[in-house]
Amino acid sequence: MERTLINLVDISKQFGDTLVLDEMNLTVRENEFVTLLGPSGCGKTTTLRIIGGFVQPTTGKVIFDGKDITKLPPNKRPVNTVFQKYALFTHMNVEENIAFGLKIRGKSKDYIRDKIKYALKLVNLDGYEKRSVNALSGGQQQRIAIARAIVNEPRVLLLDEPLGALDLKLRQDMQYELIRMKKELGITFIYVTHDQEEALTMSDTIVVMNQGYIQQMGTPEQIYNEPENAFVADFIGESNIVDGVMLEDRLVEILGVKFPCVDEGFGRNKPVDVVIRPEDIILSETEPGLLDGVVTHLIFKGVHYEMEVMAGGYEWLVHSTKCFPVGTKVSLKVKPFDIQIMNKPESEDEMAVEIDG
Amino acid sequence: MKNAMKKIYLILMLFYLYAPIMVLMVLSFNESRSRVTWGGFSLKWYEDLFTNSMILDALKTTLIIALVSAAAATVLGTLACLGINRMRKTPRTIVMGMNNIPMMNAEIVTGISLMLCFVAFGITLSFKTVLLAHITFNVPYVILSVMPKLKQTEVSVYEAAVDLGASPVYAFFKVVLPDLMPGILSGFLMAFTMSLDDFVITHFTRGAGVNTLSTLIYSEVRRGIKPTMYALSTLMFVSVLVLLILINVRPQKKKDVIE
Repeated sequence: MERTLINLVDISKQFGDTLVLDEMNLTVRENEFVTLLGPSGCGKTTTLRIIGGFVQPTTGKVIFDGKDITKLPPNKRPVNTVFQKYALFTHMNVEENIAFGLKIRGKSKDYIRDKIKYALKLVNLDGYEKRSVNALSGGQQQRIAIARAIVNEPRVLLLDEPLGALDLKLRQDMQYELIRMKKELGITFIYVTHDQEEALTMSDTIVVMNQGYIQQMGTPEQIYNEPENAFVADFIGESNIVDGVMLEDRLVEILGVKFPCVDEGFGRNKPVDVVIRPEDIILSETEPGLLDGVVTHLIFKGVHYEMEVMAGGYEWLVHSTKCFPVGTKVSLKVKPFDIQIMNKPESEDEMAVEIDG
Repeated sequence: MKNAMKKIYLILMLFYLYAPIMVLMVLSFNESRSRVTWGGFSLKWYEDLFTNSMILDALKTTLIIALVSAAAATVLGTLACLGINRMRKTPRTIVMGMNNIPMMNAEIVTGISLMLCFVAFGITLSFKTVLLAHITFNVPYVILSVMPKLKQTEVSVYEAAVDLGASPVYAFFKVVLPDLMPGILSGFLMAFTMSLDDFVITHFTRGAGVNTLSTLIYSEVRRGIKPTMYALSTLMFVSVLVLLILINVRPQKKKDVIE
């Protein structure tokens, strides 16, 4: 376990009447790739800007490596930011952009030249020193923005939706590039995005946020396979969320049909939310004792077929490599391990953060 | 046929617009004093112009006022833009609206009100009052030309500089100001031309003995017109023309570089 680098303690932020962050606590360890994931307005960018020093929290503390840096201005913090819209200095060429921070720190010419060379190599743009930044494509501009940040050897690199403005193919390429850079540099990355695929691909830890609260924090596998509430389940990937009753340990009743599962400790006859991923539903010819339904929609998606099955009064989303034409009568089967049981939200507060629309 | 009509129409329009100035220019090279007969080509009115100390004094005053007022207005206007840009939406709209009113206002109203204001506050009309008046009416033009540039400049560019270790002041001069420079420059040039050819406001706010070229021409003309004035007017027209070309060509060049 690496040691703690950043500690956000009871951070709240209010803009006018709007509470953007509500007593948030977050720990980031050294050399970790942490992703703040959530819909727009969830407070993820504000969190990043508080760490960067651009926003002062209304209450709470930012602890960096044991020291309180809450009041430290951004230019004195050992972190650098890669902005969503690149924010390159358009009147300077590539070299001058990258050298900006180093010149302020009074580094020697030789040192700066070597650093620029190294940084351009790292972002795969060797030989671009003298180019005008206006002549670069979006992807290249973002690489320069990354190079400009990392030459200063920050302890933490903050990335604010850095791939948001790029097209799909480039975005996927850049995801691998970022993982590679992270490995080469060996520094902490805090990454903000609303794209769940980006988060799942790159992160060591994902922090799912909504309306100023952390909904769940964990590895990509934990977040995807064991969502803690309906919001997380719905936001990460596609899922079927249905009402169920936990009859006893390892047995849940969904829409009148009993399903064996692996969850324990919910008590007897307890109403719960049940999450089943579309790819975990196995369709078969009708069999007695199972949930029966009729295929209502069928779309070919390339990798799989996407089907909607009306069963037990709920429209199930199903992904399968087998094709069942519309109108086919089918039974739904789910392996016990693939059924995820969640407590129903208890208080009104939790209800409020459940699902947006 | 249609094309020919279009061309004729265009030539006619341009003729109407520029014929008076062409006549003035031609007459400024006329050997004869007459306004109807051509007495041969001569530069004598220009010679007269550059040996006439009254005209040269007025030229000096005009240039000093134009330069100083444009420079002061540029600084004030740019600072005002920075402040206005940080305002919330409603006050910003109101302030920008108030900024536009003086430009729409009839010059004679501005001139008279400035004069009344100076008198009311016990300030003797002099060279200084003309300068103050010119700064006043130039500021809105600078704001109008700097504001769009400032809106284009991303806040994140300033933040990026600070993030990289720059102090706020260093970040402003090194990163924000260069981005604003085209707007600031065209604001300065616009203010300069505005000041250069202003007559009405200068006329009302000048003290005894203070003459700019426009007020001098006005008083000379009342005494009977001399072709020297044609020469002076020609020079003024040409210099304003050159400035306007400079203002309009600059941003286009910048655009070419980006594309």
